[in-house]
Amino acid sequence: MEEEMHTDAKIRAESGTGSSPRGSGCSLRHFACEQNLLSRPDGSASFLQGDTSVLAGVYGPAEVKVSKEIFNKATLEVILRPKIGLPGVAEKSRERLIRNTCEAVVLGTLHPRTSITVVLQVVSDAGSLLACCLNAACMALVDAGVPMRALFCGITCALDSDGTLVLDPTSKQEKEARAVLTFALDSVERKLLMSSTKGLYSDTELQQCLAAAQAASQHVFRFYRESLQRRYSKS
Amino acid sequence: MKETPLSNCERRFLLRAIEEKKRLDGRQTYDYRNIRISFGTDYGCCIVELGKTRVLGQVSCELVSPKLNRATEGILFFNLELSQMAAPAFEPGRHSDLLVKLNRLLERCLRNSKCIDTESLCVVAGEKVWQIRVDLHLLNHDGNIIDAASIAAIVALCHFRRPDVSVQGDEVTLYTPEERDPVPLSIHHMPICVSFAFFQQGTYLLVDPNEREERVMDGLLVIAMNKHREICTIQSSGGIMLLKDQVLRCSKIAGVKVAEITELILKALENDQKVRKEGGKFGFAESIANQRITAFKMEKAPIDTSDVEEKAEEIIAEAEPPSEVVSTPVLWTPGTAQIGEGVENSWGDLEDSEKEDDEGGGDEAIILDSIKMDTGVEVSDIGSQDAPIILSDSEEEEMIILEPDKNPKKIRTQTTSAKQEKAPSKKPVKRRKKKRAAN
Repeated sequence: MEEEMHTDAKIRAESGTGSSPRGSGCSLRHFACEQNLLSRPDGSASFLQGDTSVLAGVYGPAEVKVSKEIFNKATLEVILRPKIGLPGVAEKSRERLIRNTCEAVVLGTLHPRTSITVVLQVVSDAGSLLACCLNAACMALVDAGVPMRALFCGITCALDSDGTLVLDPTSKQEKEARAVLTFALDSVERKLLMSSTKGLYSDTELQQCLAAAQAASQHVFRFYRESLQRRYSKS
Repeated sequence: MKETPLSNCERRFLLRAIEEKKRLDGRQTYDYRNIRISFGTDYGCCIVELGKTRVLGQVSCELVSPKLNRATEGILFFNLELSQMAAPAFEPGRHSDLLVKLNRLLERCLRNSKCIDTESLCVVAGEKVWQIRVDLHLLNHDGNIIDAASIAAIVALCHFRRPDVSVQGDEVTLYTPEERDPVPLSIHHMPICVSFAFFQQGTYLLVDPNEREERVMDGLLVIAMNKHREICTIQSSGGIMLLKDQVLRCSKIAGVKVAEITELILKALENDQKVRKEGGKFGFAESIANQRITAFKMEKAPIDTSDVEEKAEEIIAEAEPPSEVVSTPVLWTPGTAQIGEGVENSWGDLEDSEKEDDEGGGDEAIILDSIKMDTGVEVSDIGSQDAPIILSDSEEEEMIILEPDKNPKKIRTQTTSAKQEKAPSKKPVKRRKKKRAAN
């Protein structure tokens, strides 16, 4: 019941503040992040976006099996576990997307013949799951001290039937949307690292979603910076 | 990853400390670590922290047909997973006996004790019953997994609400959570496991061992009890031999501990219910402590997307138009279709491409005269050999073809000079003969 109340409040805010139908009333949900909450992994982070919550743990650089070792860089492995049931094909495809993003950013050549393992556990899913997984993975890699050339973040956009753009959709909005697009953007120049889309959309709409995601990523990166500043500041 | 072995001095240190009735974290012999229970936004989701050991529990339900020999009872399914983030040594496939042991103990504790009324899970006898599935994930391993898991399981079951069902004659109506409030499960009692670790052949015992203590222990005694002091399950592993009064003493301690833990669970459930009823905020976001420096929150952030349209139009105007994609399929016969033309057929050039490959391998040695073609050997030295060399009696190498004109055709910049020099010399070139079907 309360969940619906929250969702209603958000939708009202979105339609109330923006007069143009193109969603200038877009907003990201309430964010929260906690780092270093698990004692065994080298780095861990719990990332919450509204009601969606993902816990990430990173082990690495650590020993790698001879069959999996790469002679000149680190072997990156991503494991995503759903909350209910055994992992299936959807989890495998998300693992691959997250791994491709991480490989583009992690400086694997500094640690050859080692393994870096990112384990993600879905704690609750209320929309924008892939984006939340990406954010949790990035914060966990930062917490583990894995060298990276940039930070990355995930943003999900949903296009509903009349073309309105919604950022960070809830599961209800995702279900009713015509297309759901998830982008991974890097922190240096907001360039695109990974995109995964589902549904029907035109190329104009794709560019619009990408531009909106880039605008939203600024907030996410500011959140990262502030949370790390809080942790490492001396005051 | 392999598990880091425990060093001998650490082992000796721990055992000596236990002999002197000291524990590394300052607890007394019978003390439990701090238990913290937090709930998620959906019903049936909880995270239990026993010290640093963390377990996530989720209960879900589904309508299925019942088992044939139990047509009027619902089905319970328990699954504990040791996530790979819990310990570096937990890999899928390894640690299977620990996993089996924990799962079996959990099942005995919850299923065989009949803490959940399975008769109430029946909707239509023989046709439709509720299947309740409890998924537990170990997130961090700091010892005593079974206690944390049993607490998480029972808390999740008590917290869970299943959709309401009504049966009128032959009609069964399943109400969504919006139509009718979901209904809690009917739970008779709450069995909770308490672990006792034994050291030095049963001389010393500790309640709630942490990970280091578990590594050096001799044996483990697990007693599952409810607050009415009824023993639901008891298991002794490790091969230690316990005296009768030791077991009785442990059961008395377990009774006290279970009473405390049950009180804690009931209070946590009550708090959560109160918050939900009053309309306050609940869920994992609220359980993140504000004062920790490793935690940070940000309220809802509005994003200004008013210039999105202009940016998008700019990008599209600047970008090249997409290449024409031919997408009309041609149907040859039912079941065979062709899309596109594909590249030019290069089967006829098999020998040339082969020769080129072989030559490319021997390029480093600047071969001018003849080239040895062998099935596996890399072409190497051969700078000054004139006559063709027969390397084996294989029939494949019989044919000698003089085709000096064909040499310069396949151009690779490195081999160009070599080939052109070869052209006028007209040396016989041995080549591996493959099926000349294409020719």
